[in-house]
Amino acid sequence: MKFRIPVLAAALLFVGVTTPAIARDNIQIAGSSTVLPFSSIVAENFGKTFPQFKAPVVGSGGTGGGMRQFCQGVGANTIDIANASRPMRPDELKACQEKGVKGILEVKFGYDGIVFAARSDGGRFALEPQHIFLAGAKEVPQGGKMVANPYTRWSQIDRLLPNQEIVLVIPGSNHGTREVYEEKAVIPGCMSLPEVKAMEKADKKKAESFCKAIRTDGRVVEVAGDYTETLARLDAQRTALGVFGLSFYDQNRDRLRIASINGVEGSDENILSGKYPVSRPLFFYIKDAHVGVIPGLLEYGQYFLSQQVSGKGSPLEKAGLIPLSTAERAKAIADLKARKSL
Amino acid sequence: MRRRQVREKLFHWSGIAAVVIALTLVGIFFGTILKTGLPAFWQSTFVMDVHFDPEVVQIGPKPEPMPGESPAAYQQRFNQWQLDLGFVDFGQIIHKSIVKQLPEAAEHPDETLALVTSGELFALRDRVVADPGIIGQTVRLKLLADANVDVWLKGNIDRDLPDTQQQLSPLVRAWADQLQASGVIQNKFSTAIFMNPDSRSSLASAGLAGAFMGSLFMMIIVILLAMPIGVAAAIYLEEFAPKNRLTDLIEVNINNLAAVPSIVFGLLGAVVFIMWFNLPMSSSLVGGLVLTLMTLPTVIIATRAALKAVPPSIREAALGVGASKMQAITHHVLPLARPGILTAMIIGVAQALGETGPLLLIGMSAFVASIPATPFDQSTALPVQIYLWESNELRNFFEGRGSAAIIVLLGMMLALNAVAIWLRKRFETRW
Repeated sequence: MKFRIPVLAAALLFVGVTTPAIARDNIQIAGSSTVLPFSSIVAENFGKTFPQFKAPVVGSGGTGGGMRQFCQGVGANTIDIANASRPMRPDELKACQEKGVKGILEVKFGYDGIVFAARSDGGRFALEPQHIFLAGAKEVPQGGKMVANPYTRWSQIDRLLPNQEIVLVIPGSNHGTREVYEEKAVIPGCMSLPEVKAMEKADKKKAESFCKAIRTDGRVVEVAGDYTETLARLDAQRTALGVFGLSFYDQNRDRLRIASINGVEGSDENILSGKYPVSRPLFFYIKDAHVGVIPGLLEYGQYFLSQQVSGKGSPLEKAGLIPLSTAERAKAIADLKARKSL
Repeated sequence: MRRRQVREKLFHWSGIAAVVIALTLVGIFFGTILKTGLPAFWQSTFVMDVHFDPEVVQIGPKPEPMPGESPAAYQQRFNQWQLDLGFVDFGQIIHKSIVKQLPEAAEHPDETLALVTSGELFALRDRVVADPGIIGQTVRLKLLADANVDVWLKGNIDRDLPDTQQQLSPLVRAWADQLQASGVIQNKFSTAIFMNPDSRSSLASAGLAGAFMGSLFMMIIVILLAMPIGVAAAIYLEEFAPKNRLTDLIEVNINNLAAVPSIVFGLLGAVVFIMWFNLPMSSSLVGGLVLTLMTLPTVIIATRAALKAVPPSIREAALGVGASKMQAITHHVLPLARPGILTAMIIGVAQALGETGPLLLIGMSAFVASIPATPFDQSTALPVQIYLWESNELRNFFEGRGSAAIIVLLGMMLALNAVAIWLRKRFETRW
């Protein structure tokens, strides 16, 4: 039975490679696609600078996806670091602890703004949070009643806005950007309406979910992928307005024009000073149980936080990151050194 | 009668129209890819003298192994030396070299460094690591220009846009044009795209080598596993298996498996290989195993067809002169079915080579900054690399790179198919 031999060999090979639990000697990272470019730059330079460590591997999947992988448990087949464009939620922390991921080091490393951008050949927008809510909401208050969103053109919301079709391209719910978009733009805009304020007094939860409900007539497009997909939507539809990270806009200045919010341009200075309302801190989370097991884990965190890597004039700033202030950086470094867990 | 002829003509012409439409579409496809992809193989490159100034590169002698020293201790001393070298300001060396060509750049080190891609700083360090004797010497080097400079010089960004919409400052743009005019920046065929792994910190030096190695490892695994298992299964089902309900069921299942969307195999791989067997995430080993599962049904079905095509008279003749069933198969049927089996295998491998979906689910879409040395290392694959490049933020640069990667992948596919055709022709037997 000659033909059985290769089968047997293949089976043996299979068993041979599967039995040992292979120890990993490089860091594995996953999570937010906003953080991905920054994290990749640091990973690459980390591997090149330190001859004794291999370059970490950086995956994407959105903040939510990264958290889920991070909280799968402890061991070489789980990731070591989760990138996030928002802080870890209490339910995620609980899920983590239930799976035995006890020590979690939270590291804040900089800021990013969220910008509303149209194609550079599209209209000029001077937005206010209320406009954003009214353009994308499922129902809006009108004459004391809630009615299905009647607006089809921006100029119907405010005469000063361009007379063009409303098409809003926003990140899907797997992205941390979506949450910041809701918290910093939609909800403030929604709560500024007197009818919603009254509703908030009666039932806060109900008012919030009312604000977050998006229209389903095709004028709001949710994008689950990266910002390039949002850009592709804009390429296909001249009138669309997209939601991007400031760093992404920085690399595509020739194609995009950003809208001001409350009259403030989304620039580095305005975000750092807090004038621009739609900005957020960026984080990564280190699995404390893997420190000392996966080589270079703590060193990666410290390298990331160093002034030359993520400070003023650093490669990350050139890639669009808004650096931490000196005091914030000192605190972040001290917390990491002390391995202060969540 | 006339109506029949009209119908005949109409049928004839609609056939031709279909062929023409198909050919035009293929033509447009190849045309756009070649148009955007081919220029990306040439990159803006600095060709200039670089002086390794000993004032700047202040570093002790390269450590040599001392007698009685353990290899680990030596490695540690060597690493420390290399780490120290990493803190040398190689940017200053590049700045000084450019100032020699462009004296007005002396006061603007930041703008000058924006001209050269940042990975070249590490490349200079690696030169010193390889040969410390280079310190104090002046060498003529080729350094890749920054991705944005390349975009500007190639006209991939609209040169008439106002300053606020340009990626580079007016000063850097003017210098780039000046240096190109004086021949310091040349558009040279770039080896970076073939020799380097992917890069995000130094976009101009991003290459395909990591993805190529990943794909290579996966193809080897697919060939090593799918070939013996697939052929053995096909021989058994075709020649030995009794015809009953069980084998019918297996046959139906194999045919169904071949039609299962490939992404499902990715889900299976993520659960079975990574969660249960604890194989390393995003490694080409897991990728190879998943692709093996995916190609197996194709290989089995095609191999069975090849075996079926061997006339029964050959088997009967072999059995008739006293050969055992096994001898009849290994001596007569298999050699005759060889061209068909090989074609099946190569088509299976080509299909696996171009597959992206299942690989995304086992984490092979991660950013990997090093070239994998073994199948256990994390890596990407060629089609995944195309996906990653096409979704990079810096569209102006990576549209070209992505198309260049498509050209490489298509080239490999064509080569594989050519081999398949050649093998078929070579072993073809007529009866």
